[in-house]
Amino acid sequence: MTAVCRVEDVPVEGGVCALVDGTAVAIFRTHDGNLYAISNYDPVGMASVLSRGIVGTRGGAAYVASPLHKQGYDLRTGQCLDDPEVRVATYDVRVDDGVVWVGTS
Amino acid sequence: MSPHLRRTLRRTLVVVGHGMVAHRFVQAAVERGLTETHDVVVIGEEARAAYDRVALTSFFEVGADALSLLPSGVYDDPRVRLLLGHAVEGFDLEARTVLVDTGEVIAYDELVLATGAAPFVPPVPGHDLPGCFVYRTVEDLEAIRDAAATARSGAVIGGGLLGLEAANALRGLGLETHVVEMAPRLMAVQVDEAGGATLARHVEGLGLHVHTGARTERVLGTDAVTGLALADAEPLEVDLVVFSAGIRPRDQLARAAGLEVAERGGVLVDAQCRSSDAHVWAIGECAAPAGRMYGLVAPGYAMAEVVVDALLGGAGTFEGADLSTKLKLLGVDVASFGDAFATTDGALELVFADAVAGVYKKLVVSDDGRRLLGGILVGDASAYGVLRPMVASGIDLPANPEELILPQGRGGAEIALPDEAQVCSCNDVSKADIVAAVSDGGGCDSASCVTRCTRAGATCGSCKPVVKKIVEDHFASIGRTVDRSLCEHFALTRQELFDVVAVHQYTSFDQIVAAHGTGRGCDVCKPVVASVLASTVGGHVLEGATAVLQDTNDAYLANIQRNGSYSVVPRIPGGEITPEKLIVIGEVARDFGLYTKITGGQRIDLFGARMEELPAIWRRLVDAGFESGHAYGKSLRTVKSCVGSTWCRYGVQDSVQLAIDLELRYRGLRSPHKLKGGVSGCARECAEARGKDFGVIATEKGWNLYVGGNGGANPAHARLLAGDLDTETLVRYLDRFLMYYVRTADRLQRTAPWVDSLEGGLDRVREVVVDDALGLGAELEAAMATHVAAYADEWKATLDDPEKLRRFVSFVNAPDLPDPHITFRSERDQAVPADSDGPVLLGAAIPVGRPR
Ligand code: SRM
Ligand SMILES: Cc1cc2nc3c(=O)[nH]c(=O)nc-3n(C[C@H](O)[C@H](O)[C@H](O)COP(=O)(O)OP(=O)(O)OC[C@H]3O[C@@H](n4cnc5c(N)ncnc54)[C@H](O)[C@@H]3O)c2cc1C
Ligand code: SF4
Ligand code: FES
Repeated sequence: MTAVCRVEDVPVEGGVCALVDGTAVAIFRTHDGNLYAISNYDPVGMASVLSRGIVGTRGGAAYVASPLHKQGYDLRTGQCLDDPEVRVATYDVRVDDGVVWVGTS
Repeated sequence: MSPHLRRTLRRTLVVVGHGMVAHRFVQAAVERGLTETHDVVVIGEEARAAYDRVALTSFFEVGADALSLLPSGVYDDPRVRLLLGHAVEGFDLEARTVLVDTGEVIAYDELVLATGAAPFVPPVPGHDLPGCFVYRTVEDLEAIRDAAATARSGAVIGGGLLGLEAANALRGLGLETHVVEMAPRLMAVQVDEAGGATLARHVEGLGLHVHTGARTERVLGTDAVTGLALADAEPLEVDLVVFSAGIRPRDQLARAAGLEVAERGGVLVDAQCRSSDAHVWAIGECAAPAGRMYGLVAPGYAMAEVVVDALLGGAGTFEGADLSTKLKLLGVDVASFGDAFATTDGALELVFADAVAGVYKKLVVSDDGRRLLGGILVGDASAYGVLRPMVASGIDLPANPEELILPQGRGGAEIALPDEAQVCSCNDVSKADIVAAVSDGGGCDSASCVTRCTRAGATCGSCKPVVKKIVEDHFASIGRTVDRSLCEHFALTRQELFDVVAVHQYTSFDQIVAAHGTGRGCDVCKPVVASVLASTVGGHVLEGATAVLQDTNDAYLANIQRNGSYSVVPRIPGGEITPEKLIVIGEVARDFGLYTKITGGQRIDLFGARMEELPAIWRRLVDAGFESGHAYGKSLRTVKSCVGSTWCRYGVQDSVQLAIDLELRYRGLRSPHKLKGGVSGCARECAEARGKDFGVIATEKGWNLYVGGNGGANPAHARLLAGDLDTETLVRYLDRFLMYYVRTADRLQRTAPWVDSLEGGLDRVREVVVDDALGLGAELEAAMATHVAAYADEWKATLDDPEKLRRFVSFVNAPDLPDPHITFRSERDQAVPADSDGPVLLGAAIPVGRPR
């Protein structure tokens, strides 16, 4: 796993993008304090932007809306909530002593 | 050979006249494929393409362009040739040619006459003195307006529907106005004596002088009109006279060519609208099907459709028409429908009259009391929408028909219309058509959409309330409450949310969602909350917890582009810019390699900035005196200007100065949707101000203020809110208008649909903004004053605050590493996004910063 930033660097209900093993990873912090990591690449808009989306809930699930065309992605599973065919990769994330660690394998 | 078969030779169809009916004819010809076999040549004598003559009086308010039925001046179909400003001088039935006043001779296979009618001017002495007018064309109205500028009083000869409309217009132009009617009552064709008396009381109550049973003997004056001499009455002192004493079909060409005409004028045609020559047809007001002419547009439209059908080999016929009318004159409702004068054998009359309230209603029913034959309504015509279709469809009356005309609360009943009832008579749309449009597969979800798709309500508009009611009833019947919740998190509209936030003085999303919502919000409600908080609390959009509420573009104070890069738009108020500033923009664009384009909003857009470059770019721009242009915000964009009186030889006011002042006043104002303004220095309107949410057009006396315009997907022209304002009043009205909009509009609702959504529409806006009917004026102005005082450039504030700058990094652990997903190629010597085909993997060797 790679240490990418401190927890405070990730805004509550916001995201940051980190480079982990050459991959652009979007890291989000939800209102309840949980951290999630998914691919930063929006496969519909075809651009690396997901960390810049609005974070909230759909149904019960924490999700992010792509800033390009607003498709929602479940932060736990990477599943696109507007298209069952689309899913983005998710990554392991944990906090150790205030530092956020992300793994890509 | 049937016309359906493919022909080897194209045929020529000539249309004489380009009025309302000719236009409908050409539209139908194109839509129904007649132009596949025919070239169409349309020759119109008026200089402008067909316009909405029915709405002619609104010319004084909205100008000629708004009335046009063919704003582009050409038909999309290249097989239609439109020749305007030229009259046909004659035609030859043998040779099948028409002669145009240019000398051109055009051969036709089929000839359609749509020459309309001309006002009848009684041959009284003096009828041709300067100061005498008719009321038929835009040019007539322009001439009346010009003459009214120096006149004090005027008379309209003729107290019919058109005469009253003309009288209303004279009153609107500030003249002391007389109506002179030969018959013993007003609107003699439509209403009976009691109805006419009620109408006259209303009209007189509004300050018009009504003279009924009065015959004009001569128009007085030697070089110009000075008065009117009446039989058996004192002469009237007036400076201008408008003749509105009926119309005559324009059938002279047909007479000269030897076609049969009806006894009382009009080209005599059969039920297919074919004249006595098999290749000549007549439609609209110049035609007399079965010997009778119709002075209304709906029968003309029906005739147009019949002829297109006949030329396609169809068998459609014109079977007479409904001459019902409903109008609102000087605030008085008048309606007349069906057999209003009870001429049917054995017909019974039911009358309700309330002299105090000025209401008169009469129903004409069949002798068995079971069918409604017609009626007259004066003072309150709200039942018209239900009654007229009952006549047309012949449905059975309820047991107590008088209930239909009793005022609400005294037992007035609601009657359900049958499916086949014709709701819109102008465009022949039934209730079933409307319900179909809003049902599954119909695709409409609102009354305004139904009007666009079915045309119901698109012509005279009198059926609009019924259309709306049918749509709402339909939604109610399928259990669909028209749900106006913002999203799953808030069962409130934007306006309700605004009120809740203002009342409780909330300052954060957390407070609002805890008290009034569920969950943690989404991409719909969060930007709305951000916008509302910007209005109620103010402050920087990236301040603290509001940063994560902002929509895509506000979140980085720039517009995101397809490849994840951003565009930069500095404000250029009014479009005015110094050479020095232009040079700075050029240098910044060059140094950062940005694609540069002049926008449609009179400024310059720099595309292709990487997110982490935005602060450096803006440092340079801010240092040179630029500020954010809010191209990213649902907020004021630009106030477009024309060069105005400073340079332009036509300009009457300094439009640039006002545009700059308004842009600086309202910059940064967060609103339900984006806002655009425009200021033109004269009526030539080079700034396209009427295409903006607020548009200002200079007049000799000050400024005219128009509101509710936009381009975009559903273009709308702004409409006049108030005229000849001084600058201070203009700004006051604008402050109120904009704040009223900010507070009450729906999410992503531009000003035009917002105005339409208000009960009373533009009139309501005028009541609130100009008349201050709600007493809200001072509060709205104060709210705007607060906004103006608190304004600060968002980009400068961001550059000054390390906290806000923290988000402008490509990677949190490699802040300045350019994101390799963003690449460019070159086109016309500038950078443009290269297409992405998937996520990029960087070599693991790229050095990455450690967390602090
Ligand atoms: C750059 C520009 C086109 C150009 O190259 O000229 C442009 C570009 C965009 N327009 Fe526009 N519009 C631009 C002038 C216009 C105009 C013309 C005008 O302002 O006179 C119109 C029609 C007039 C109007 O708005 O009434 C216009 C009607 C729209 C609409 C439709 C709005 C509507 O009510 O239907 C949208 C979509 C929206 O806002 O929801 C839109 C949205 C957009 C967005 C913001 C789409 C987006 O979210 O990415 C584009 C991004 C701009 C950027 O990246 O900077 N743009 N857009 C123009 C910028 C003007 C400026 O200086 O700010
Ligand atoms: C102020 C006003 C209010 C009205 N209100 C209503 C209303 O509320 N409801 C309603 O149903 N109707 C109303 N009408 C009537 C309605 O406008 C007419 O019924 C309708 O315009 C008729 O259409 P048309 O095409 O037959 O004639 P027009 O619209 O008059 O068009 C005929 C055109 O042919 C041109 N023309 C004539 N001769 C020649 C030639 N030789 N060569 C070339 N061109 C020629 C004329 O210049 C004209 O432009 C109103 C009319 C007026 C003036
Ligand atoms: S609108 Fe009038 S003042 Fe302005 S540039 Fe055009 S012609 Fe000149
Ligand atoms: S009845 Fe005139 S528009 Fe519908």
